[in-house]
Amino acid sequence: MIINGVAIDATFAEAFPMKATRAIITAQNEKWAMISAQAMTGFATSVIACGCEAGIERVLDPSETPDGRPGVSIMIFAMGGKGLAKQLETRAGQCVLTSPTSALFAGIDGGTRIALGKNLRYFGDGFQVSKLIDGKRYWRIPVMDGEFLTEATTGQVDAVGGGNFLVLAESQPQALVACEAAIEEMRKIPNVIMPFPGGVVRSGSKVGSKYASLGASTNDAFCPTLKGMTQTDLSPEIESVMEIVIDGLSKEDIDKAMRVGIQAVCNLGATAGIKRISAGNYGGKLGPFHFHLQEIMA
Amino acid sequence: MSALTFTLKHRPDQRVDMSPLVCQKLADLEFAEIAALTLQNGKRKVRVDELFGMDGSDAQNIVIKNSFNKLDFIGKELEGGRITVEGDAGAYLGLGMKSGEITVSGDVGLYAACEMKKGFLSINGNAGDFLGAALPGNKMGMKGGTILVKGNVGERAGDHMRRGNILIEGNAGDYCGSRMTAGTIAVMGQTGRYLGFAMRRGTLLLWNPPLASARFNDCGAHTLAFLPILFASFKKLNSKFAEGSASFNRVRRYAGDMSEMGRGEVLVKIS
Repeated sequence: MIINGVAIDATFAEAFPMKATRAIITAQNEKWAMISAQAMTGFATSVIACGCEAGIERVLDPSETPDGRPGVSIMIFAMGGKGLAKQLETRAGQCVLTSPTSALFAGIDGGTRIALGKNLRYFGDGFQVSKLIDGKRYWRIPVMDGEFLTEATTGQVDAVGGGNFLVLAESQPQALVACEAAIEEMRKIPNVIMPFPGGVVRSGSKVGSKYASLGASTNDAFCPTLKGMTQTDLSPEIESVMEIVIDGLSKEDIDKAMRVGIQAVCNLGATAGIKRISAGNYGGKLGPFHFHLQEIMA
Repeated sequence: MSALTFTLKHRPDQRVDMSPLVCQKLADLEFAEIAALTLQNGKRKVRVDELFGMDGSDAQNIVIKNSFNKLDFIGKELEGGRITVEGDAGAYLGLGMKSGEITVSGDVGLYAACEMKKGFLSINGNAGDFLGAALPGNKMGMKGGTILVKGNVGERAGDHMRRGNILIEGNAGDYCGSRMTAGTIAVMGQTGRYLGFAMRRGTLLLWNPPLASARFNDCGAHTLAFLPILFASFKKLNSKFAEGSASFNRVRRYAGDMSEMGRGEVLVKIS
């Protein structure tokens, strides 16, 4: 399959079941809601070493938030419910409770309930106040700038993590421009996050390493500087490869995000130095979710 | 199906215990069986059809017409369904109500919604003393649900209240929110003496400044984020509380009762 001169590999991305949650952070203005959201989703690019994958889903209009203030919706993904709950609580406590003017609300009504501000209330040292409004429990925690308002729980649901595609380009700047275009479009899709810095990862990995202590190491088949030293997957004109990883609430959400992302890259086309789109997988043996690139773009 | 309607034929001299006529108890009964039920009337027991003309069949939607202030225990422990009272109601309206909805077009007597657990009670007129309170000797009053009173309420509204909302469009009598453990009482009109007496926790939300009390300490003026959410939850009500102009988030906060636990609060609108 070739779109606008860009070859779409007959391969697939392999993804895994994860647990996910969503929270809504509001503040006096969008600037401070975003600062808090960036802090809460920081150091959360990969479950390999961060404990979770997190990202900003989108900016919310005041009309969409529970308290009518500007807000940001964030999502956190982890391999299990326990780990997710721990990450959510730690991050809420250190990054949102601490952030001026912030308030924190559930972003998923259904699912298994996990603690959002339920245990943060103890920071109130007995001065905290509970309010049950329309069946939802809120905690008002006195803090130095006034009151931190948080919903007690949010929902945890089954999700999918690790959808991905690779952008193969003639140069590093061209690969980056293409990925930026893809991310811009993908951020318009609800229920997905791209957890890596700016949504893009340049250090894609393979399973295993020559060093026994490492479970993963650089994906040498896609490293352009190793074209002459390893069993490469790159043709001579490819000088740079970048990857976009997607976590979503469902397979369909990731499908949609991949489609708009790949389309945005293809719109730039071969004339912009984009040669191929590929994807990362483990032979289909590890992850139950397979995203076949050509089916998605059909 | 039309509403199961009980129309009072005459006003008995003695009080009537209406507790058998709740939706869940009538759900599986035939019309004739309902007519043959007996109600305590003073020292006597009287058949339902002796006191009321009956019509309709939907036991989940009960209407009591020509009601007056000696019909006690209407909607006692109601569990689902709706009861509409046309006229006044006596004491213990919605006592221990578990869910469902009760609407009264007139005034209600003592202990309305006392120890209510859930559901919605709307009173278009005035309510007597001990609205949403605990029965004498008990330690827990209303535990959930919402009470809306469009008129005034008597003394001790929300006494020992544990959870839920009491919304009063008119005035509240003395000892409003006394011995409250938690929950919210909102009063648009004036409040009487001894507001929040021995209150432990909970919120008294006032549109007008209360009488000064040494038992509450001024915590200053604040913009509170939970208030817009609270007011948004009132939007579905047919009430002044649902109007956009009723909403505010700027209040002066008083903490008390300092002679008790002191974790309660009186929030007074700053206009």
